[in-house]
Amino acid sequence: MADKKKSKAIWDVKIVRSAILQSLLKLNPRKMMGNPVMFVVEVGSVVTTLLLFRAHSSFSFNLQITLWLWFTVLFANFAEAMAEGRGKAQAETLRKARAETMARRLLPGGGEEMVASAKLRSGDEVLVVAGEFIPGDGEIFEGIASVDESAITGESAPVIREAGGDRSAVTGGTRVLSDQIKVRITSDPGSTFLDRMIALVEGAERQKTPNEIALNILLAGLTIIFLLAVVTLQPFAIYSGSPQTVFVLVSLLVCLIPTTIGGLLSAIGIAGMDRLVQHNVLAMSGRAVEAAGDVNTLLLDKTGTITLGNRQASEFIPAPGITAAQMADAAQLSSLADETPEGRSIVVLAKTQYGLRGRELAAHEAVFVPFTAQTRMSGVNLDGREIRKGAVDAIIKYLQQHGTVLPKDVQASVETIARSGGTPLVVAENRRALGVIHLKDIVKGGMRERFTQLRAMGIKTVMITGDNPLTAAAISREAGVDDFLAEATPKDKMDLIRREQAEGKLVAMTGDGTNDAPALAQADVGVAMNSGTQAAKEAGNMVDLDSNPTKLIEVVEIGKQLLMTRGALTTFSIANDVAKYFAIIPAMFAATFPVLNVLNIMHLKTPESAVLSAVIFNALIIIALVPLALRGVAYRARSAEALLRRNLLIYGVGGLIAPFIGIKLIDVLITGIHLA
Amino acid sequence: MTANGWIQIIVFLGLILAVTKPLGIFMARVFSRERTFLDPVMRPVERLLYRMTGVDEDHEMRWTEYALTMLLFSGVSMLLLYAIERSQQLLPWLNPQHLPAVAPALAFNTAASFTTNTNWQNYGGESTMSYLTQMVGLAYHNFASAAVGIALAIAFIRGIARREKETIGNFWVDMTRATLWLLLPMCVIGALLLVSQGVVQNLKPYDTVKLVEPQQIQKTGPDGKPMVGQDGKPVMDTVATQTIAQGPVASQEAIKELGTNGGGFFNANSAHPFENPTPFSNYLEMFFIFAIPAGLTYTLGRMTGSQRHGWAVWAAMAVLFLTGVTTAYWAEAHGNPLLSGVDQRTSLAQPGGNMEGKEVRFGIADSTLFATITTDASCGAINGWHDSYTPLGGMVPLVNIMLSETVFGGVGAGLYGILIYVVLAVFIAGLMVGRTPEYLGKKIEAYDVKMAMLVTLVFPFIILVLTAISSVAGFGTSSISNPGPHGLTQILYAFTSMAGNNGSAFGGLNGNTLWYNTAGAMTMLVGRFFMIIPMLAIAGNLAKKKYVPPSLGTFPVTTPLFTVLLVGVILIVGALTFFPALSLGPILEHLQMVAGKTF
Repeated sequence: MADKKKSKAIWDVKIVRSAILQSLLKLNPRKMMGNPVMFVVEVGSVVTTLLLFRAHSSFSFNLQITLWLWFTVLFANFAEAMAEGRGKAQAETLRKARAETMARRLLPGGGEEMVASAKLRSGDEVLVVAGEFIPGDGEIFEGIASVDESAITGESAPVIREAGGDRSAVTGGTRVLSDQIKVRITSDPGSTFLDRMIALVEGAERQKTPNEIALNILLAGLTIIFLLAVVTLQPFAIYSGSPQTVFVLVSLLVCLIPTTIGGLLSAIGIAGMDRLVQHNVLAMSGRAVEAAGDVNTLLLDKTGTITLGNRQASEFIPAPGITAAQMADAAQLSSLADETPEGRSIVVLAKTQYGLRGRELAAHEAVFVPFTAQTRMSGVNLDGREIRKGAVDAIIKYLQQHGTVLPKDVQASVETIARSGGTPLVVAENRRALGVIHLKDIVKGGMRERFTQLRAMGIKTVMITGDNPLTAAAISREAGVDDFLAEATPKDKMDLIRREQAEGKLVAMTGDGTNDAPALAQADVGVAMNSGTQAAKEAGNMVDLDSNPTKLIEVVEIGKQLLMTRGALTTFSIANDVAKYFAIIPAMFAATFPVLNVLNIMHLKTPESAVLSAVIFNALIIIALVPLALRGVAYRARSAEALLRRNLLIYGVGGLIAPFIGIKLIDVLITGIHLA
Repeated sequence: MTANGWIQIIVFLGLILAVTKPLGIFMARVFSRERTFLDPVMRPVERLLYRMTGVDEDHEMRWTEYALTMLLFSGVSMLLLYAIERSQQLLPWLNPQHLPAVAPALAFNTAASFTTNTNWQNYGGESTMSYLTQMVGLAYHNFASAAVGIALAIAFIRGIARREKETIGNFWVDMTRATLWLLLPMCVIGALLLVSQGVVQNLKPYDTVKLVEPQQIQKTGPDGKPMVGQDGKPVMDTVATQTIAQGPVASQEAIKELGTNGGGFFNANSAHPFENPTPFSNYLEMFFIFAIPAGLTYTLGRMTGSQRHGWAVWAAMAVLFLTGVTTAYWAEAHGNPLLSGVDQRTSLAQPGGNMEGKEVRFGIADSTLFATITTDASCGAINGWHDSYTPLGGMVPLVNIMLSETVFGGVGAGLYGILIYVVLAVFIAGLMVGRTPEYLGKKIEAYDVKMAMLVTLVFPFIILVLTAISSVAGFGTSSISNPGPHGLTQILYAFTSMAGNNGSAFGGLNGNTLWYNTAGAMTMLVGRFFMIIPMLAIAGNLAKKKYVPPSLGTFPVTTPLFTVLLVGVILIVGALTFFPALSLGPILEHLQMVAGKTF
């Protein structure tokens, strides 16, 4: 799997080292303002620092509190820097591909000039010959070439790119291995595909997604509520005759406001983006990743996504009076020169089922008849045998020309195969039908299970195919998709998307051709194949560098995982507060009202140790959860009800209990080494 | 605690369960302007009203117009009440006791109080308000403010139910129909039932009767303190007569409960034998408090097409209700641990437990049940003295109000209050299913969260800030009657009750001062309208949204799991906000009481 190959250890030394430096630089208040929760913590830290040498209470306690408050801010910054660092590391490999190259720009009047690739503008035309780097994103308008795209995709096998059709787009930084092509540049420097990719993974261009904004509002609101609760506590404390020090009040505030999620929120977002890149998918915006989580309907192309790219021979059904071996022999002979995957699969089937080895035909007078659009048959003339294979109607025509007809039984087999979703090929020898070859679409392994999972998550899958409805129905049954669109034209596809969207559903699809572009643009999540046309890539909001349409499912999963991680940590963060109250409130007032020690259910040693333990727990939990934020919470394809139950149990109930244990442990530790 | 007590509590919840569906269906029909059995009587009246006032009943309002109309209506109504209070001695009718004009600060406080459905009373009804003021001023608001609340809840439900629409209904129509179809008919029946139990209904001047047994009481001096003679002995006075207040009580009593208003005709509220004479009338009043709020959950389910969601909300309310009543009942039935030498056991001869401040005819179970209900709902009627409850028993009413009165809650206000919590619960936990949070097919986005947070913020803001000021400033602390944590609880309860538009008094706090009258009036106005406006904004925003059909991946809002989640969010948000204040108030008092210290 691509993600396994590229995923790094969470605590990569180099990334950690630079993240530590970054977390200090991020203390700049102007940068902190973007995160209201952590900004409040920073302000609190500044206040306690300023008061440190003026306060009359225990210096050692105040100092420790102040330090841990700073650590809280730094830990949050560190989490963000870690996520960015991992993105940067990814960008670094990409950037290597962007090295300055010289390009041969074609002059309007003919001829060419050498210019730096950075000087190329959209609309320029360049010539790229074998061994050269393609200077920028563009479209081939003349020629065909094999291109090494490993810089972007990590895939070392070269790909063919040619003018016209759906494989005409090339990416700057990739290398032409053979032949030469003329390319029309489609992007200005700084906005090429690679540039955008680098900016995105580095987090430089990261804009807050709608969901993140909403969550930020919630967190800011909670922060204000807790600010109120703490600020008004001082008058109540004065009324009760036990006023509190600023250090203790700030500690309570910082413990209560949702620092855990506040500190990890941007790291979660960056990490989500990063996970997509690890899957070799480039999203044009964070919004698209979120939308992926919300998708209700997946449009999947049959070929390449649900089925293996090609149909394969699965059975020989001989006509009456013909043995299967006879028929297999004829079928294999007719296909020996047939280089199509279907043809090869016939040879293989004959070999595996009837032990017919590929024969040396040079000794015979073999004349191969290639497939033509007119005859729609192929075959071989060999030692007086005239073997033909082709579509039913073509063979019927062939037989009619020779005055014979297709036997009833063969006709029946043909219909059975068609009904089951297969493609029948009839084999005839010397004007006599020998039987039918059953060509079958092979559903990729594991697809059925995935569709079942998707259904459990409430996602509908629709198979898009050019096949007739009968064939489409059979395959969709076998693959287990919910619905299919047969004989689909680009317009049908578009109509389907509109229909789904009118019902309020979000639709995701993949596409590569120029005729897919409108649908890709209309879909809420449009994943364009990197091998596709520039138009398709522009229209979609994600590009799959591996050009693997099945990956749409993973994209959806990553989107969901991103949202789940945010929700889980928010719930965890809020649930944590209960324990912190039980640690700090009795500690605040136990000196004046010893009876309040009943609330000290953790039996924390001293008021100082209690407050300190809560603050330390609050800081350390951020670091402890960095791996979870970067990896995302464990994802399982289940119904919303099941997911909610599981996550509420782990992060809600767990969030209630964990800090009781954590704070108690820290208390035992720090009283043990006499810090408080 | 006795089996009898438990049976009464369970039967009560059973009755509420039984009325939820029929009343819910009826309300859904009324507000969808479908035919009901009352149409032949009410429809002509309704049409006549619209013709007289020039209301176009087919006109649909955007949320802004709805809010503005509601504010305008409430503002004018409030001014009207203020004017009546200030001029009651000049008005020629229905003032047999010749009561003088109400003082400005008190009149302002009362006007704000009744307009906001709070019915906080810094006065005693029988000694302050003329019959005219009671009937035209106060009872009018009991109907109007309740109708406004119901209208708002219906508008919010429409916001959820409508798809890609700009409007959420017509305020005038909703309010008129709430009054004509719902409040008036039920009140007529209720008032008659109450009269049958002995609740008075007359316009007579107060009676003076001879006491069977003249009483010796200590004289009160000109400084307001009990007089002491030069020999150090109290100066006594013999009292041989008693004034018995009269008035049109029954007609006001029914709407007091049904509209979750709670403003008593008399100072003693539903503890007064003329307001609430028998255990049956007590049960009836409690039933009336919860009836409409419970029914609205069914209306929610019906109008949004998700009946199970309505029940899930109902269940969350029922869980919180039972938790509250169990705690209060337990605390009061166990009595005061300091009175160890006194027999506090329940027997045939005595109710047992802590009977201080409770009416003997109601006993512990029905008193704690009433206290829980009146504070769960934003009613505020009382049949006992919450101030005299044990600290934990008294904390239950306080906490109930702190949960924003979402446990069935005020008429309308309870429903839209809990729906704000639903929005928050859906948003917090909704992300955990890996989708943008959805509530009944509507996406919950930044704008909705912002408005929901505003609603959630306003409430603790006014309570905590004003309690904090009152607890350290002289003008605040001078009104409390007990020192220590109990005094803090008195202040906290007062502002919580006013902000939550509950209106029940903890008792013990002298609220009739310039500070408490003015700050209180502001608290009530902010607590009502500053929460309504963002709430309506959410409704308007939800109505505009596209509907996302539910699938297996949709966040479930119809299951027991959701009920648990909703209860959890309500408790945690409430607890996290108010725990510090509570810990220095009732919690501290309880712990000190256990340790032998009282205030």
